[in-house]
Amino acid sequence: MTTTPTERSGAHRSLADTDAPDVIKVQREDGTLDPARDPGLSSAEVRALYRAGLLTRRLDERLITLQRQGRIGFHIGSLGEEATILGAAFALRPQDWILPCYREFGAALLRGMPLQRYVDNMFGNAGDPAKGRQMPDHCFWKPAHYASVSSPIGTQITHATGVAWAAKIKKDDVVALAYFGEGATSSADFHNGINFAGVFKVPAVFICRNNGWAISVPAERQTASETFAEKGIAYGVPSVRVDGNDLFAVIHTTRAAVASAARGEGPTLIEALTYRLEGHSTSDDPRAYRPDAELEPWKRLDPLPRLRRHLEVCHGLTDAEDQALLAEVDAEIRAAVEAAGETALPSLDSLFDDVFAELPWHLADQRDALRKGPRARGH
Amino acid sequence: MPQMNMVQAINDALRFEMKRDSRVVILGEDVGKVGGVFRVTAGLYDEFGEDRVIDTPLSEGGIIGTAIGMALYGLVPVPEIQFADFIFPAYDQIVSELAKYRYRSGGEYSAKLVIRTPMGGGIRGGLYHSQSPEAQFIHVAGLKVVCPSNPADAKGLLLASIRDPDPVIFFEPKRIYRASRGEVPEGDHTVPLGKARVVRPGQSLTIVAWGAMLYESLAAAQQAAEQGIDCEVIDLRTLWPLDIETIVASVKKTGRLVVVHEAPKSCGLGGEIVSLVNEKAFLHLEAPPVRVTGFDTPFPYTLENEYLPLAHRILPALVETARY
Repeated sequence: MTTTPTERSGAHRSLADTDAPDVIKVQREDGTLDPARDPGLSSAEVRALYRAGLLTRRLDERLITLQRQGRIGFHIGSLGEEATILGAAFALRPQDWILPCYREFGAALLRGMPLQRYVDNMFGNAGDPAKGRQMPDHCFWKPAHYASVSSPIGTQITHATGVAWAAKIKKDDVVALAYFGEGATSSADFHNGINFAGVFKVPAVFICRNNGWAISVPAERQTASETFAEKGIAYGVPSVRVDGNDLFAVIHTTRAAVASAARGEGPTLIEALTYRLEGHSTSDDPRAYRPDAELEPWKRLDPLPRLRRHLEVCHGLTDAEDQALLAEVDAEIRAAVEAAGETALPSLDSLFDDVFAELPWHLADQRDALRKGPRARGH
Repeated sequence: MPQMNMVQAINDALRFEMKRDSRVVILGEDVGKVGGVFRVTAGLYDEFGEDRVIDTPLSEGGIIGTAIGMALYGLVPVPEIQFADFIFPAYDQIVSELAKYRYRSGGEYSAKLVIRTPMGGGIRGGLYHSQSPEAQFIHVAGLKVVCPSNPADAKGLLLASIRDPDPVIFFEPKRIYRASRGEVPEGDHTVPLGKARVVRPGQSLTIVAWGAMLYESLAAAQQAAEQGIDCEVIDLRTLWPLDIETIVASVKKTGRLVVVHEAPKSCGLGGEIVSLVNEKAFLHLEAPPVRVTGFDTPFPYTLENEYLPLAHRILPALVETARY
């Protein structure tokens, strides 16, 4: 007998209930942290993470505006998911790898990717490390082992298993972390990646951002399981659920998973319960499928005000300091956007570079023909 | 030089390169303890251990997806897909990830793999153990595609493929895995990618073939010679990017072209070769270029010798083209 998602409302509640008893939380209502799970960050570290959160949030807002103004083609953001994205990246060590989905630019910036590099990627200009070949938000940053982003769903999960496996074979102390949405748990690559990771006990951490929606399809349409975490159990992979809007819970949980992987105890699947506060991307209008009322409880759990509350209570953040941080972040974004707007387009020849390590004859023929022919308009 | 068949030559190449380069690892279904269903990796598990010759779970997408991750990290994986017919669960990883990784990262990252896989008919394999899907990989920007026809080339092309900076799909013509025997240079031996070989020089007609169909083409050329038709036979060896210079030089000399391949006719590599010759040597042509190929049907079991472009089907095409 088949049931519809609405009939399975019990499962629906479970998939989105951050108050469920198995969901790890660290920050309490009053802004203080549970001492049993407090990751013990310094005041400077918490402030740096807050600043990274503000930068991510303000970038998201600015990029949506730029897309609406027609200055960039597209943006796929992380509004509401900042704690999951930043917390997991913060928990990694410098030698660890990130195999991202497409919403985690905040993690790359936190790991040292220059803001200008990211904004140039958003503009697809000559400064774009991907040379204008990819859509916006398909960035990468090799110095921090932040891999290249593709659009197909789930493929990076299997790569993370391979990176971790290679590190294990070479006996390097390196952990690979994959980010993906809950929609990706339906993909063949989730099955392949987690299954291989379990069989070969590789040092990988799988972060499932359960943000409630895969474009218009709600989480309960992706699975008949009560949780996404329990899928890991079937593969012999320890799995936990965490409040994905609680930065300290994400850091605590990811650190434990990284430590376990580094000790040779194999992979962990972490389901981070969070919420996509915007549409899937600038190409999506969620009002067509998502009632506004659903957003209200999640707005109250917005990770940035929660983090600010902790900073105020435990680290003496003042309004003036908050405003100054915001002004600083906005100025950085403004400067990067201005510079990106003034940077030229990628060269015509760059279209043919990097298909192969060296240009073969057929691409040289095609390049020469393009050079001689008329130029396109409208880019 | 030792005599080997193609299975032994590929095994020899893998052993040589695994000794030379500790980054090389093999993974796939049944490649370890049993040495592969065709025994191509026989003995390597015992010699190099389970970390370098890895029996994987039964999932081609998992094999190629994890191999890409290994390659990003700096290993040089040489995964085996048991039959080319079973490569399609990994097609997304090959097309969307492997082929595009260098391009989409502006050359900063690359994913270097050599995917070895047996291809082609003639072993009574029916629909799912017989196909020749080379065109489906040639059509994807960023992949090199190789298909040797003899043991020495198999070793030399495989070593060149493993050392090449780009991903390579290495198709092994399983019909001649053991039937093709010959001398194979000991130790290091490479055959450069992108270079075809003129196997039989001739004046009146050019045949382009590769893999197992090279031998059918040579047999047909021999029979044609008895009718006074002097065929030049080119073994393509690297299917993409192909050696256009050798093909065009030959056609400019002979004025006639026949391409032979097992894969279905429409949108096959033969069509591309004919187009390239039309573009680059049209005024030298004395007859319409011809393709002798498999049919646009799935690969049949009982009637496989009717499906395959064997010598008896190639010969009439040679005669017609020569006498056009």
